[in-house]
Amino acid sequence: MRPGTKLFIGAGLMLALALALFVSPFASSSPDGLNKVAIEKGFDDTAEDHALDGSPLAGYAVRGITDERISKALSGLIGVLMTFGVGLLIFGVVARRREKEGQPLGEST
Amino acid sequence: MHIPDGFINAGTSLGAGAASAAGIGVALRRTGDWLEDRQVPMAGLVAAFIFAVQMLNFPVALGTSGHLLGGALAAVLVGPWAGMICVSVVLLVQALFADGGLTALGLNVLNMGIVTSLVGYGTFVALRKVLPASKPAVSAAAGVAAALSVVISSVAFAAEYAIGGTGTAPVGAVAAAMVGVHAIIGIGEGLITAATVGMVLSVRPDLVYGGWGVAAPLDAGPATPAAQEAK
Repeated sequence: MRPGTKLFIGAGLMLALALALFVSPFASSSPDGLNKVAIEKGFDDTAEDHALDGSPLAGYAVRGITDERISKALSGLIGVLMTFGVGLLIFGVVARRREKEGQPLGEST
Repeated sequence: MHIPDGFINAGTSLGAGAASAAGIGVALRRTGDWLEDRQVPMAGLVAAFIFAVQMLNFPVALGTSGHLLGGALAAVLVGPWAGMICVSVVLLVQALFADGGLTALGLNVLNMGIVTSLVGYGTFVALRKVLPASKPAVSAAAGVAAALSVVISSVAFAAEYAIGGTGTAPVGAVAAAMVGVHAIIGIGEGLITAATVGMVLSVRPDLVYGGWGVAAPLDAGPATPAAQEAK
């Protein structure tokens, strides 16, 4: 049987949370493609400090939690939930605008 | 792939910011043309999933890693316009994690969101035209499109470096190195994208924007513009 939309979204969100919580702490910490190229080609030192380096979530860690893996896992959990929330908000506004504009002419004057 | 502040000069970053703002403006309008309330959770989920998977850096070569960009994946799942909004939401939240510069946000939206969604979706549609209308073919088309989107995204960075790079390394060398490493990262992007699209197709094919022709509409019928066009 086909899962309902609510079940599907719930399961998908659980999967995203599980990946952030249990897999991200074990992800590679090597520089990514761009950073590696920057190091190799000698322009990595042109990077400036991030304006939000003082953020309590800076560097995918939760300030105050010293265990590196737990800190990263929790930051991932927060990030996934925040992204879902911001996404719902923005797409919700976009969809509502459509519903409003979709009204037949003359109905809202 | 997140560009930190400083790699690209302020003028070029500002230009990319203006281009990105215009692109996202179009994306919001185009998405508003078709997105219904009941489709909002799927779009939110795609953004949240990309945030999670972008944390999963995989090793690509000695001392180098790569991670999903997700623009092509999002484009296949929710369409190219909503897709680039998903990646932009991810980049916005990532600013709180001090990932990707603030003045470089426009550059990152352009490279990781807009370029990947458009290149990914364009390639996906072209492949679907020559491939059979089956679920494995849709997954494969998504995977190949995603791999290509990463390489083109790295070319976009090279172009920005050519215009406003603050480093002294020659443009040709930077471009060659970027394309070289991202060709390998692209394989990972392609595999993750194909697997994810395949997973959604197997349980809820009707939720895949690019799944026209393989999703038997059970209730409301094909809701996305792509599905209506193909009808």
